[in-house]
Amino acid sequence: MNTLFGKTKEEAKPIVLKSVDEYPEAPISLGTTLVNPTGDWRTFKPVVNEEKCVKCYICWKYCPEPAIYIKPDGYVAIDYDYCKGCGICANECPTKAITMIKEEK
Amino acid sequence: MEYKPIRKVVSGNYAAAYAALHARVQVVAAYPITPQTSIIEKIAEFIANGEADIQYIPVESEHSAMAACIGASATGARTFTATSAQGLALMHEMLHWAAGARLPIVMVDVNRAMAPPWSVWDDQTDSLSQRDTGWMQFYAENNQEVYDGVLMAYKVAETVNVPAMVVESAFILSHTYDVVEMIPQELVDEFLPPRKPLYSLANFDEPIAVGALATPNDYYEFRYKLAKAHEEAKKVIKEVGKEFGERFGRDYSQMIETGYIDDADFVFMGMGSLMGTVKEAVDLLRKEGYKVGYAKVRWFRPFPKEELVEIAESVKGIAVLDRNFSFGQEGILFTESKGALYNSSAHPLMKNYIVGLGGRDVTVKDIKAIADDMKKVIESGKVDKEVVWYHLKR
Repeated sequence: MNTLFGKTKEEAKPIVLKSVDEYPEAPISLGTTLVNPTGDWRTFKPVVNEEKCVKCYICWKYCPEPAIYIKPDGYVAIDYDYCKGCGICANECPTKAITMIKEEK
Repeated sequence: MEYKPIRKVVSGNYAAAYAALHARVQVVAAYPITPQTSIIEKIAEFIANGEADIQYIPVESEHSAMAACIGASATGARTFTATSAQGLALMHEMLHWAAGARLPIVMVDVNRAMAPPWSVWDDQTDSLSQRDTGWMQFYAENNQEVYDGVLMAYKVAETVNVPAMVVESAFILSHTYDVVEMIPQELVDEFLPPRKPLYSLANFDEPIAVGALATPNDYYEFRYKLAKAHEEAKKVIKEVGKEFGERFGRDYSQMIETGYIDDADFVFMGMGSLMGTVKEAVDLLRKEGYKVGYAKVRWFRPFPKEELVEIAESVKGIAVLDRNFSFGQEGILFTESKGALYNSSAHPLMKNYIVGLGGRDVTVKDIKAIADDMKKVIESGKVDKEVVWYHLKR
């Protein structure tokens, strides 16, 4: 879970380039999305209500990112580093356990 | 190994094909278009004869040809293509990609007039329309310079990681046979060692994305890097041109080749095969007592601003010959050179002669007539008319 090319998110350090000299000469990625979080353009974020969740994992299947993972206790959680806030999970959830709330930044 | 040239009588297009062969290009992707086609036909022949080990990718358009070259070059391969006019225009989007991704592809563009009206003859507007794509541009005067230009273009391009276009004239060079001194393979290999790529998509242990989305926070820095690479290229071009001269006897250390400028009142400035005629005319004019010289712009991108300022400081006037036109303004080299001089101390009298569009012949007689007109400009001390459509039937 949350691994890309054998590395985990916890091991990865985000890359911040402060001066032009730190940039690569060509526009190539300096790492996978592990070090380049892509979830910073949301307006609404999905929030899971575990009291309503029946662990059907329909949201997990439909998430196009995928930014939904299954926790050890079986409930689903959202990975906000990659969630774009598309709302498909909330739309598909049969028990309305996921609601989209406006994100304050 | 001592340098003994191999002399072959070839067309400009075959000179380009032989240069690609001798540069040991690994991938060629191209689409046929007159007058370029015989370049890639010759390369196909090299492969069919077993003379070259080249991956040849047939494609359905010039846009795809450049896309295939970009993919190949991004794996680290030395990549070549050729095109003309409408084909080059169709490549336009991909030209930006090649330069932005910093891939040292070398392409021969055979200058051909843009349609309509349909034309297959010489005109520089096709290549100059690609001015802002980030490609370097070298203009060849003769078949020898086509051959030398391709070899030098690879060395310069692979040093600064910027693609380069070698430009030759339709038919005047592309299909005209002349003696070209070719370099034995062993010596080409010494001059042009295998490419050391900046990155490679074929490295599967360290996967990367090329040209992925850069937000406003990052895009700007990459543009600066490309701009700086062009500045660096000016230095590299001179070094490579000098090395070429030391090894093979033809010096290209100047981005602008000059003649008779020391005591010249004015010079003819232009690019490409046109300048061969100008040199001939200037030799004759000198015998007749005209104080005239020439300045042949070899590299249009990066633009040799510093060299131009030096030339402009030593003359009273410059007659800029443009075999191209930017509608709504003037000849493209004219605009570029005036812009380059604006903040310098050199302000010669400058007049623009639009010549040879769509392959209209430019003869020694024409250059002499222009010399007489420019002489009047110098004598009167002012430019009577900035832009002249020289050949216009009236």
